[in-house]
Amino acid sequence: MRAAYNDVRGEQNLRLKTFSGGVHPPAAKGLTKGAAIVEASLPGSAIIPLRQSLGAPARPCVEVGDEVQVGQKIAEATGFVSVPLHASIAGKITEIGRFPHPVGGEQDAIVIEGDGSDEWHESVTPREDVESLSADEIRDAVQDAGLVGLGGAAFPTRVKLSPPESKPIDSVILNGAECEPWLTADHRLMVERPEEILGGLRVFMKALGCERGFVGIEANKPDAVEAMRKAIPKGSKIKVVALQVKYPQGAEKQLIHAILKRAVPAGGLPMDVGVVVQNVGTSLAAYEAVHLGRPLVRRVVTVTGTPLASPSNFMARIGTPVSALVEQAGGTTGDVSKVISGGPMMGVAQFTLDVPVIKGMSGVLFLSPGETDVGTPDPCLRCAHCVHSCPMKLVPTTIEKLVMAEKIDEAVSAGLLDCIECGSCAYVCPSRRRLVQYFKYGKYVANERRKAEAARAEGKEAA
Amino acid sequence: MSDRLIVSASPHIREDTSVPKVMYGVVISLLPAIAGSVYFYGVRSLYLIALSCVAALATEAVIQRARRVPVTIGDGSALVTGILLAFNIPPGVPWWIPVAGSVFAIAIGKQVFGGLGYNPLNPALLGRAFLLASWPVHMTTMWLPAKGGTLSGISLRGVDVVTQATPLAVLKKVSTIIADPSSTTHQIVQAREVLTDLGSVDTMVNLFTGTVGGCIGETSVLLLLIGAVYLLYKHYIDWKIPATYIGTVAVLSWIFGGSSGFFTGNALFHVLAGGLVLGAFYMATDMVTSPVSPKGVVIFGVGCGVLTTIIRLVGGYPEGVSYSILLMNVATPLIDRHTRPRKFGEVKKSG
Repeated sequence: MRAAYNDVRGEQNLRLKTFSGGVHPPAAKGLTKGAAIVEASLPGSAIIPLRQSLGAPARPCVEVGDEVQVGQKIAEATGFVSVPLHASIAGKITEIGRFPHPVGGEQDAIVIEGDGSDEWHESVTPREDVESLSADEIRDAVQDAGLVGLGGAAFPTRVKLSPPESKPIDSVILNGAECEPWLTADHRLMVERPEEILGGLRVFMKALGCERGFVGIEANKPDAVEAMRKAIPKGSKIKVVALQVKYPQGAEKQLIHAILKRAVPAGGLPMDVGVVVQNVGTSLAAYEAVHLGRPLVRRVVTVTGTPLASPSNFMARIGTPVSALVEQAGGTTGDVSKVISGGPMMGVAQFTLDVPVIKGMSGVLFLSPGETDVGTPDPCLRCAHCVHSCPMKLVPTTIEKLVMAEKIDEAVSAGLLDCIECGSCAYVCPSRRRLVQYFKYGKYVANERRKAEAARAEGKEAA
Repeated sequence: MSDRLIVSASPHIREDTSVPKVMYGVVISLLPAIAGSVYFYGVRSLYLIALSCVAALATEAVIQRARRVPVTIGDGSALVTGILLAFNIPPGVPWWIPVAGSVFAIAIGKQVFGGLGYNPLNPALLGRAFLLASWPVHMTTMWLPAKGGTLSGISLRGVDVVTQATPLAVLKKVSTIIADPSSTTHQIVQAREVLTDLGSVDTMVNLFTGTVGGCIGETSVLLLLIGAVYLLYKHYIDWKIPATYIGTVAVLSWIFGGSSGFFTGNALFHVLAGGLVLGAFYMATDMVTSPVSPKGVVIFGVGCGVLTTIIRLVGGYPEGVSYSILLMNVATPLIDRHTRPRKFGEVKKSG
């Protein structure tokens, strides 16, 4: 093992590639980083929300009473930025109605009551001719499988694989940084299934017509770095890059900057600098979609936290209620104050365990009362810790004050929309100010205003 | 498992830090200098510091009660103001001087603007400015010689010009004599001798250890630096402010501070004497009243240095640290406005 990524606490870490700014929350991955992925038992019924990606929700193409098999399409995409959904268990559609959603509130969902057979649909068949597929065929295969980014944002994968001709792509980066504390889903995948992840990367590279591939991994996962490196044949143009352990190393723009020293322009996308970034889990799903013809019906979910009896990494079917996973993780033994979908820095706090696993859910984290902060904020001291921690080089304290004063336009010109909501500023704030909450609110207001303005402009045109 | 879950916006974890942690960290960093003040000027220093703190805390509590807002004297911020105010007064003043100063610092310097975080000026420095304007004799003459040393830091030669003055006041006086065309040759010779002594290794050592007259907490560079290392280690202060501040004073006083032409000034003397080290590490770095932008703190530090040197070399006062910082405090919002960092991926405006 090379020392460059072996000793991550010392000076070695500082010599690794990274970005400027950022924070060092405790990694807290010890509970599950050594726990092999286990297949979660099939849920009695699966709740499959129609909204599981950015963009438009899917439209059901089954009716209550229909029998479905695993992998069968149950909802159609409704636009370019939208993905179809597939039955994750075999059984009968019993309800299409509103259910709690991990991203908040209640959303429309299709409920499948399982018959326990785990019978796969006939449409799921391996492809023999992967090498001869065209870029368009790969894009179609990925879209038909309902692929979205599995890192959390759930952006439809096909869209990322379809850059306009004016923006040639020269590099694909697989994101294996997994900088969120507690989560180990990507870590375990890289250790256990490196070949298939690389297979997915080759699929992406083929679809984008580029030859360079990178796998960026934070140096606190030496076994993952090792496993991925071993899986790469000699002479390949794919490189594994060990990255400095620093949050948010896995943020798309920060990852690109660390590996390629390219800065995605403010308001722009990675394709503007010739790069496409995909999560390692997405890469595995792309391998399964293209090579095995298997739609996205399951994913790895880290179920962890000190109040849990046996924290685990589960391969869980989409739609499995979180409560069922908690049961398989031995249930809770201590007091729980927060349950979070995702990691502690960017995850979404849940109000019930009845929410289902969705495509974008990388983990379920249980925090005890002592681990989460619920105190009232103090006045801003102007200590500038937020300024130094911001990976986007914003001045969070100023933007917060502008949003609080409802000066949204001024906040936007100060960089509100460039905020990636990584939470670094709020993490280091000695006054425990709710910076991210105000940024989310400010972005929402700015977005609503933009929509209203667009509608008004359209109205004028019509008149 | 309880059936009630907390739902709030991310992030869900926080670094182990808080306002009281920061403030009491500053208090800890000031302990060596407090101990030094007791050693050099006697228990009297401790008594004045304690009075100043009690007055600061009481004023904060009374005003917060009157404003019907939570009383937050436990957060340590008023305590810091109390100590720093006392650090900025001569050790020989009567008991009511620190009390008056602290009451003014907290009431007018802080609470009038809404309390912690909202004050545009450093409260302790505003309190000192108030004392200097109201009781100038007390504030400029009630010095005590340090234990084991003298007031000026040099061994007196019975020269008229250095009767009862602190090092910077001595410098001001001899510089005036040398520059004055009506001075006799004898006076000028004596003044030059004093100037030589002022620049001697002995004097430098006295200035560094604090064996010299001055305000209660400003004299011992050594003890102040020990506390400063702690503050830097804890990331409670930004090194760029003291570095640029002290650096600017050193360079400018070297260029312009000499009595025999440019580039003859004694930079080390100007750095060690007076309240520069206290001001640069503990007052100019005040989070609330200094800029937040990385470029802004450099402008702020250089500005403090330029103003301090101007006041020391050509102003009416021997010392200019407090007024320089106060003036730069006023400029802080403007500095922040014009030094916003370039966003990640922000394209330079063409044209």
